[in-house]
Amino acid sequence: MSNASKKAVSVSSGQGAQPAHHTYKRRVAADIVVHVFLAVMAVIWVLPIIWVVLESLNKNTAPYTNTFFPTEYTFDNYIKLFTQTGVLNFPKMFMNTFIVACFCCVISMFFVLSVAYCMSRLRFRMRRTFMNVALILGMFPSIMSVIAIYFILKALGLTQGHTVLIALILVYSAGSGAGFYVMKGYMDTIPMSLDEAAMIDGCTRWQVFTKIIIPISKPMLVYQAITSFLGPWLDFVVAKAIARTQENYTVALGLYLMLSKEYIDDWYARFAAGAVCVSIPIAILFIVMQRYYQESMSGAVKG
Amino acid sequence: MTASVSAKPVARRRSRAKSGFAPSPYILREALAKGDVLTRLSAVVFGLGNIARKQYLKGLIYLAGEIGFIVFMVRSGATNLSKLPSLGDVEQRKVKINGFWKYEAGDNSVVILLYGVATVCIIILFLMWWRLSVTSAYKAQVLAKSEGRAPTLSAELHDLLDGNIQRTLMFLPTVGIAVFTVLPLIFMISMAFTNYDSNHVTLFDWVGLENFKLLFSSNSGADISLSTFGSVLGWTLIWAFFATFLNFFLGMFMAMIINRRTTRFKGFWRAIFSLSIAVPQFVSLLVMRTMLQPTGAINRLLMEWGWTTGPLPFFTDATWARVTVIVINLWVGIPFTIMQITGILQNVPAELYEASKVDGANWWQTFTHVTMPYIIFVLTPYLITTFTGNVNNFNVIYLLSGGDPTPVGATAGKTDLLITWLYKLTVDRNNYNLGAVIGILTFVVLAVVSLITYRNSGSYKNEEGFR
Repeated sequence: MSNASKKAVSVSSGQGAQPAHHTYKRRVAADIVVHVFLAVMAVIWVLPIIWVVLESLNKNTAPYTNTFFPTEYTFDNYIKLFTQTGVLNFPKMFMNTFIVACFCCVISMFFVLSVAYCMSRLRFRMRRTFMNVALILGMFPSIMSVIAIYFILKALGLTQGHTVLIALILVYSAGSGAGFYVMKGYMDTIPMSLDEAAMIDGCTRWQVFTKIIIPISKPMLVYQAITSFLGPWLDFVVAKAIARTQENYTVALGLYLMLSKEYIDDWYARFAAGAVCVSIPIAILFIVMQRYYQESMSGAVKG
Repeated sequence: MTASVSAKPVARRRSRAKSGFAPSPYILREALAKGDVLTRLSAVVFGLGNIARKQYLKGLIYLAGEIGFIVFMVRSGATNLSKLPSLGDVEQRKVKINGFWKYEAGDNSVVILLYGVATVCIIILFLMWWRLSVTSAYKAQVLAKSEGRAPTLSAELHDLLDGNIQRTLMFLPTVGIAVFTVLPLIFMISMAFTNYDSNHVTLFDWVGLENFKLLFSSNSGADISLSTFGSVLGWTLIWAFFATFLNFFLGMFMAMIINRRTTRFKGFWRAIFSLSIAVPQFVSLLVMRTMLQPTGAINRLLMEWGWTTGPLPFFTDATWARVTVIVINLWVGIPFTIMQITGILQNVPAELYEASKVDGANWWQTFTHVTMPYIIFVLTPYLITTFTGNVNNFNVIYLLSGGDPTPVGATAGKTDLLITWLYKLTVDRNNYNLGAVIGILTFVVLAVVSLITYRNSGSYKNEEGFR
């Protein structure tokens, strides 16, 4: 298959050395191969997703059924998920995650923007050092520090009751300054002449930052905002180490719990329903993000 | 510091050539050698030099820092430090008070270690503060002499939004990184040199390099041994290599197919493939896991169709499990690559293609000499981060196979990466010291691989290459 497709690539960008009708025939053949290949791949990629959606509507709530797709459909799983909050309080988990995600988004946006601006536009002592340190820190396994972070939070008194949410916000956003590389790469494509022109006109560097760099970086900004907003929704390890009581669970922990041995028999369909509920907002954000991301990939300043 | 001309650039020439600006003339050595009495006294009473040069607020801030540090050291810092070498040895005791047995809290080595490490960090910060205070006093002295008076408060504040804006902007992010990334790391690294394991939960001691020796011993009965480490490391590298490069090349291949001139419904294909990004990774992984169980949906489907007689051993046979995790990781990762490369492909400067066409390059030459170099230039940092990310890819392994299949009596399963092994050793078995050793070695492996690649990559050497 890969051979045929390679040929397809070759023809598409081919130079037309062969007779015209021969090229045309080969192109049609290649087109067919490519589209069939893409269709097969698309099925592989979409099937598990469809399966989750159908499973969330399954009347039979047990995990291992005899058929691949459910036989009877119902909407009960969703209703139960949001109304029966005695055992696992999914709405509460949803709210927890939402609150953490909002704060996280704002704080890490600020951090990433500041650091990226400094690294990209300014030249000062310790700049290279900072970049190298950030790179090195990223190489330590994150799990390694999770346990230590828990001890630190305990010493700060942030492991009881509602302070856990503050702890989560801190953990997700405090270190985000080290993740400036993508943003910096983007800012590197903004011509320096813009800064220089503004500074000749009497702007301070702060004004250059707020009035020129931030507006131009908008596509990447949206990308960054959404990635940091999504962090708490997708993270599992850190949350597991820090939120140790159910009232502070995030959705990821809740969904994982639903698949543990005690719950899976009753909760499997509701797990699928929960997964769909979490995925829909995330999917929307992703679609928005992708548009901005591609826009930002095509460079900061056009023309 | 803002750019300025230095009288003594020799020692710093290299760093200057690299970063493209002169170092500050107000360095500690000069300050102590050429400073006047007030400047030198600032080394004892912080901020004195600044206050004498009418920089009252600045001087008071330096002074407040010093007083705060002294108060901290007297109240708890000194105790923290004094306990650090022994890590505490008072055991919990039962004391009879008024006829009732009461527990009298003993020492807790973890707390002592954490506070000790934090105190050491604070002392280092204090030394930096000291240096800052002395150089600042010297700067005030020099400027007062050359310009009549040291910069006023408003001038300094303005400078913080302009010439030295990096100080303002970098302050909070740096504090965040220091407290929640650097401090925990130092804390964990120091654990590697203790015997903090399941037998020493509250009280433990420094043991030096014992744990590393244990790792490099060939004692196969222990939790950790050279052979286990070797096999886990080997699999980690294989995994990271395949996970990174298969994803990259297959993703690039798909992106280019979609990007062909005659491929139709481009938007539709891209949307389909990005659909799986939208599903949270842990959800799709957990779903895959249940689907691939011996009684899961896939096996049922295969048996129903009569393709297999029994359930396929997706997570029970070592080789099957390894291939399964790599393939599923492809499912997870390829859409990200497609997304990224599509953006980059559209961004390759068109004149490069035209030039190569004029020069008569065929599609393969165009690909190897135009498209690939551009993609590699843009994506090298990304590839390195992906590689390190894959070495540390906890989620895929832990949620998918959980490291299984695990041989009886072993601490690491056949699909365990260093990172999941570390997790099992610490969280499940409370062997924090061994976990820390593994963490350090993981870091060493990663640092060697990525620093070499990164420093040789175009996007590091030539940051402004495409500006």
